[in-house]
Amino acid sequence: MEIEARANPMDKYLRADRIPHIWCSGCGLGIVLNAFLHAIEELNIDLDKLAVVSGIGCTGRIAGYINTDSYHTTHGRAIPFATGLKLANPEMKVVVISGDGDLFAIGGNHFIHAARRNIDITVIGVNNYNYGMTGGQLGPTTPLGARTTTSPYGNIEHPFNLCHVAHAAGAVYVARWTVLHAIRLKNSIKEALNKRGFSFIEVIAACPTTYGRRNKMPDALDEMRFYREHSVIKHGIDPSQANIEIGKEIVVGKFVDIEKPTFNEAVEELKKKVKKK
Amino acid sequence: MTYWVEEEEKKVHGKVYIIKDRCKQCGFCIEFCPQGVLQQSEEFNAKGYHPPKLVETDEKKCVGCGFCQMICPDFAIFVEKEEENEERD
Repeated sequence: MEIEARANPMDKYLRADRIPHIWCSGCGLGIVLNAFLHAIEELNIDLDKLAVVSGIGCTGRIAGYINTDSYHTTHGRAIPFATGLKLANPEMKVVVISGDGDLFAIGGNHFIHAARRNIDITVIGVNNYNYGMTGGQLGPTTPLGARTTTSPYGNIEHPFNLCHVAHAAGAVYVARWTVLHAIRLKNSIKEALNKRGFSFIEVIAACPTTYGRRNKMPDALDEMRFYREHSVIKHGIDPSQANIEIGKEIVVGKFVDIEKPTFNEAVEELKKKVKKK
Repeated sequence: MTYWVEEEEKKVHGKVYIIKDRCKQCGFCIEFCPQGVLQQSEEFNAKGYHPPKLVETDEKKCVGCGFCQMICPDFAIFVEKEEENEERD
């Protein structure tokens, strides 16, 4: 057993000239990207049939690092872009990887309506509890009482429970993992990619630079240890029971897995019906 | 009914590769390795971080589970499994 410098086997899916990436030491986004790449490798997906769309934010950088068709869209508009992409190329697998601020703050409306229409895309929402890139401001997912740059005395706004939002809006696959559950996350991404319909995976990721150090977790390792001690796997529970609160356990697992006709299928059916007349 | 037969057991070991210049010293691989194979080194990489190195006591300690590879945010570590044949011959 020895150590030598050799190319990482994942480098074939990466624009390796851009690595090392710009994310901070200990940032969870690298693990999300890693899990996604392992998932597409294990599924043996043709890279010509895969498109990755992301919005703005630290997570938006993911599209720039993957060596496939990838789009870095305007703020909050990753899902409308992906919707168009999927409707024009139904044989393509379209994946949206974006942050909580992009998907649920400025792009919240698009998320709800894509889930309602059951567009056949996979959405991976990385939740780091704050707006990391702009300096750690309070966002729609910041837990009650958490301290951020714009809530120095503690957050007073009730946060979104992203999995509950997705379930209520009509997503057919809803799961939540933390970045510590890297292997389960990879398996979940594989399931979601093969799922027909709107599938959503929430990934809870450490943001040591802007969130962790204001909330008694100054190091990425502290956040990871917190996930190890406080996350509980409960498959199939009602997502409304899986709120994220400070000091409480983080409920993770696969919450929803149902079948429903997708938007593309509904369009095809309508076409047949109209042609008959 | 089958019993556990010691001769049929194949010992799988992992060979750990570390790309030192990519490491950002988050420490995940050292903390979460189930076998405790890695430790922090004294040397610096180009960015001034301390990349991990192997614990020297037992060379066959790594079982090749690949969790360090999954948990590394910087694509700086990966594992190749190798089967051990010499002992059985």
